[in-house]
Amino acid sequence: MLASAPTRHLNGDMWASITDRDWLWGAATLYLAGFILGTVSLFRRGRPSNIATYSLIAAGFVLQNLGLAIRGHAVGGCPLGNNLELFQFTAWSAITLYLFVGVTFRSSLLGYFTACLAAVLTLLSLSLPAWDSTRRPHLFGGNPWIEFHAALALFSYGVFALLALTSILTLFRFYSLQSKRIGGWFSFLPSVLDLDHIGVRLLLAGVLILGASLAVGSAFWLRDTTTVSAAKLIITGGVWVAYAAAFTLRIRGRLLAKRFAWTCLVLFGVALLSLPLVDASRHPAPAADVRARHERA
Amino acid sequence: MSTPGIFVIGANHHRAPIEVREKLFVGPEVEAALQAELAVLPGIREFAVVNTCNRIEFYCVAADAESAARVEAAFCSRQRFDLSEFGKIRMDLRGREALQHLLEVAVGLDSQMLGETEIFGQLKEAYAAAHARKSTGPVLNRVFQKAFQAAKHVRSSTAITVGQVSVANVAVELALNIFGTLAEVRILVLGAGEIGEKTAKAFQSRGAATLTVSSRQAERATDLAARLSASTLPFEQREARIGDFDVIVCATSGQGTILSAAATAAAMKKRPARPVFYIDLAMPRDVEAAAAGIQNVFLYNLDDLAKIAEENRAAREAEIATCRALLSERVDGLWRQVEPQLESSAGRNGDKP
Repeated sequence: MLASAPTRHLNGDMWASITDRDWLWGAATLYLAGFILGTVSLFRRGRPSNIATYSLIAAGFVLQNLGLAIRGHAVGGCPLGNNLELFQFTAWSAITLYLFVGVTFRSSLLGYFTACLAAVLTLLSLSLPAWDSTRRPHLFGGNPWIEFHAALALFSYGVFALLALTSILTLFRFYSLQSKRIGGWFSFLPSVLDLDHIGVRLLLAGVLILGASLAVGSAFWLRDTTTVSAAKLIITGGVWVAYAAAFTLRIRGRLLAKRFAWTCLVLFGVALLSLPLVDASRHPAPAADVRARHERA
Repeated sequence: MSTPGIFVIGANHHRAPIEVREKLFVGPEVEAALQAELAVLPGIREFAVVNTCNRIEFYCVAADAESAARVEAAFCSRQRFDLSEFGKIRMDLRGREALQHLLEVAVGLDSQMLGETEIFGQLKEAYAAAHARKSTGPVLNRVFQKAFQAAKHVRSSTAITVGQVSVANVAVELALNIFGTLAEVRILVLGAGEIGEKTAKAFQSRGAATLTVSSRQAERATDLAARLSASTLPFEQREARIGDFDVIVCATSGQGTILSAAATAAAMKKRPARPVFYIDLAMPRDVEAAAAGIQNVFLYNLDDLAKIAEENRAAREAEIATCRALLSERVDGLWRQVEPQLESSAGRNGDKP
């Protein structure tokens, strides 16, 4: 496994001994706590615990920022060098969106599901040692535009993650209305129309952000087509085309309601699966030790 | 039953689902003919018909045991309903049990929405109509009047009506679950009767701004629209204009569907992303059931709304035992009064009231 980068001496030895992975584990634990607390609250009181869940997610977000900052500092850029970092960054993007714009959706269950998604992504990425055993140094070749391209792409995945969550809420809402049960925790779901509006906006935002990322990346790829593998181009281009097609069909009224929700969920699953494929299809790069790089820095 | 007696025979929501109750539903014009037929049935001394969305019940005082079968046969024949099928869903109570049932109906204990009070009014109307037709006599007059007294007593002595949620309020809640807010929701009320008006008012009280009324009887639609500050729509345009509305409250009293699945599908093609919410409060149902299968169409009928309204039933259920105990005392007293009346009427076998 990749050696973890320790925190610089902040306040004595205790802080210094905390590694980036420790912070990330802490964040994952808090996300999981938010999910468990929400589940207990739903079953015991029939409603989600809004403030507590939001607080736990916010605290987890702070720890995740610390962990990613240490990694970023160590590699001198955005930490997107292996599967762990890709999944962490995707979770970070979804949490960022939830914390800053999710509240305006007035969906008390969105926080609960966001905590669930973040816990799954972060715990999965930390639990698989192989995902953090190597990382690519000089990933962006010192080019901030390539780094911007990668960060934008991953941020769009965060948007799609939130879209997947609203799709789950949509499916629950349809189930509730079609099974003629609107009481209990179903009463905390947003309305059909609100969920549809949120979904369309998130889909549009995700398509635009991923499109911008691909535009930035293709500007450099056109200069030297050997720098990017065909597999990566096909996979990332395919994800964008699929989401853009879903948006077009939705706007034209051909993909609606439950079908739209299922499509967004399936597409997010495909997008997540594409991350390791994209990472694997990059041109081979020698493994590097973050700690060593950090020490060199 | 070989001696004169009181009985109730019929069908209700307990054993007859909505699609069966539709077939058993007796419209106003048919009801008059049915009443006339019952009036000349041999052996029937007194009778009253309770005919609502959820029940068709014949309360009778008869001279012989076969009278119940004759009532049943006459009813099934008029409704063209298979007699053996009716036997599977039939309620047939005699003597004291029939009294107990009537009192429980009056209190709302037998209602789909436990403790609801609308049935009390419907029962009073049914009795008043029977009394006006002179189809009731000394036994049923006493029984119904005592039932009304008992119902008032039980409702005021227990918490059986506490936490009651009306069907209209459930409909509004559902609309909010679909549209989020009612401010921009366009509502069409089909039928200008009491149920349609109540539902329309419930929507208005929660912020609905755009209301349209349509009825077969244009005058009634105009009157209701004036009371609700709403606009009107010619009844024959209803299907062509489905797409112009978000919520359609169906509360007509006619036979057969008035909104087809085909018309709904055509309307949804013009507005595929915006849901349509049908609230079908009519009996028989106004909206073709297949419409529920169309994407973004939500169709709720009386049974669906009652089921949701009953989600808070638990608190009232705790009162059932108390209500039954109170009613049982009343039934015992009433039975002691009625039994001699029934026996004395045996001597006048064959007389009509």
